[in-house]
Amino acid sequence: MTTLILKTAATYLMPLLLLFSVFILLRGHYLPGGGFIGGLIASIALVVYGYANRIDRIKQFLRFHPGILIPVGASLSTLAAVLPLFFNQPVMTGLWLSGSYPIIGSIGTALLFDIGVYFVVVGATLTIIFSIAEENVKI
Amino acid sequence: MTDNLLILPVIIQLVIAVISLFFWSRTNYQRLSSIVGNVIFLAVSFILFFYVKENGIMVSQGGNWPAPFGITFVLDLFSASMLVITGLSGLAVSIFTAGSMSRRRALFVFFPIYHFLLLGISGSFIAGDLFNLYVWFELIIIASFGLITLGGGRRQLEGALKYVTLNLVASTLFLTSIAFVYGLTGSLNLADLAVKIPEVENQDLVSIAALLFFVGLGIKTAVFPMYFWLPASYHTPMSAISAIFGGLLTKVGVYALIRVFSLFFLPDSYIGTVISAIAALTLIMGAMGAFIQKDVRKVFSWLIVCHIGFMIAGLGIFSTVALAGAVLYLFHDIIIKTNIFMVSGLLYRINGAHTFKFIGGLYEHYPKLSFLIAIPLFSLIGIPPLSGFWPKILLIEGGIQGFDYFIVAAILLGSFVTLVTIGKLWVTAVWSEQKQVKYVKHFIHFKQLSKAQRIAYVFPIAFLSVVSLFFGFGAFWMLDIANRIAEELINPELYIQSILQFQ
Repeated sequence: MTTLILKTAATYLMPLLLLFSVFILLRGHYLPGGGFIGGLIASIALVVYGYANRIDRIKQFLRFHPGILIPVGASLSTLAAVLPLFFNQPVMTGLWLSGSYPIIGSIGTALLFDIGVYFVVVGATLTIIFSIAEENVKI
Repeated sequence: MTDNLLILPVIIQLVIAVISLFFWSRTNYQRLSSIVGNVIFLAVSFILFFYVKENGIMVSQGGNWPAPFGITFVLDLFSASMLVITGLSGLAVSIFTAGSMSRRRALFVFFPIYHFLLLGISGSFIAGDLFNLYVWFELIIIASFGLITLGGGRRQLEGALKYVTLNLVASTLFLTSIAFVYGLTGSLNLADLAVKIPEVENQDLVSIAALLFFVGLGIKTAVFPMYFWLPASYHTPMSAISAIFGGLLTKVGVYALIRVFSLFFLPDSYIGTVISAIAALTLIMGAMGAFIQKDVRKVFSWLIVCHIGFMIAGLGIFSTVALAGAVLYLFHDIIIKTNIFMVSGLLYRINGAHTFKFIGGLYEHYPKLSFLIAIPLFSLIGIPPLSGFWPKILLIEGGIQGFDYFIVAAILLGSFVTLVTIGKLWVTAVWSEQKQVKYVKHFIHFKQLSKAQRIAYVFPIAFLSVVSLFFGFGAFWMLDIANRIAEELINPELYIQSILQFQ
């Protein structure tokens, strides 16, 4: 399925969609969005790029197996949940750095948790898509 | 030690799961992290247990939101001892799997899923919120779907299909009853519900919610008449997985039933009668099912159903003595059921089959192993002074005190049929002559295993046997704990107060 139109469009769409996914991730705390939907959009970006060219191209682009993103994301989320324990607070208490930063807004454990979810979703989705795509090649 | 640390067992399981996900294809590191992690889990559970025993209930409000609104985590003596028991059988299964699981199977991410399962189990013990309890149960069943289909043989998928379907139905009913309760009281916190449920005007609706809850958890717990999925699926996965399923999964349901029905859905005359009748029927049907089976793992699966009846009976009688018996039986049952499924794995490694037709000659060739497996098997029957004996005495005493003679009869019948069934198994597997070893494809006999693997087979069985022996000979100490737990369950004021004080 390599058409010229899709191929050209995908080259421009992928960076845009990736950027959009980060935007969705960051606005997620008070507005609709967050790690899960951001992760899905990021994986859509990569999958569209992969199907427009060849599925191997995502692998070349990523340079690592997306499966590794699952434990990386999970450990970030775990860290976000456990961090308050070191400050003598119950688990999952939101800790926030004082002050606000441009673009990102305030930084806290909720953001760390969302980033973890983002990675887990990208990793899991791409792993599933890769396994299905590789099955197809054999047939 | 601050109360916030009660979450540590859950965090430890989560961390082990994540660490073993990092070692995706390096199964040896996964085995190591699983064993080391479970040792740490057990140590932490013991520390928490003794802390709770000395200082009373620990409460932590997740996210620092006050009690009826946020998610409460509670650790009282009951949950703390359940964590210790989970740690004991979890560690045994870790070692057993490390030895018995082939690399090919371990590559299907066994260890991460296993630790997610333990995460769900230990989470449900510390949940102080009905919906939170539901979420932990979901985690448990999703992880168990993964484990029961691991390897993906045809028979396994058939068993898994029944298991999955019925568990989904059960979850739906469970969720419906939670919705009922929330509609009636506007709260989901267990302690808050204990205050609000008696004030509800329409007590009939409360009874309906209670029965829905009982059916939903009853399917997961495998009580009469909703137990058919259990003997149809538990004999299909590999022994290590059956061991953790048989030991812990149904017992989490029993734990939740005891917790909820002692706290707010109090077994009054109507619900109490229903529970007692169901307990008696579970005992009878489970015993009958076990009696006619001719396959080691099927016998054990049916015995799980049968013995669930003991614990539910204690709940149905609902007195301090009977509840102490139910709690003590729960502890004993987790250890013993994990152990006997590992024994079935060992018997398979020696005989190449699970059916009575092909097993035999254990005493002839492995006299020491025969003595070893005598401990779990005879504890299961409850021969005094082994561990199964004491809880049954308490249950019968409670039944007689409460004039529930029907239950007492069912308990005696259940014990008797267990005796006959295990006796039959013992004669077939141990005393009869060795039959032709049935070599199936890729079968590796016990003798062909390396020394380390053989130790991994035998050590966990010995370890849990020692625990059972302690339950039997240290009965005085165990009875003390069980009585305290039963007192706390019957008089939950302290539990309620410690949670709601944050208001």
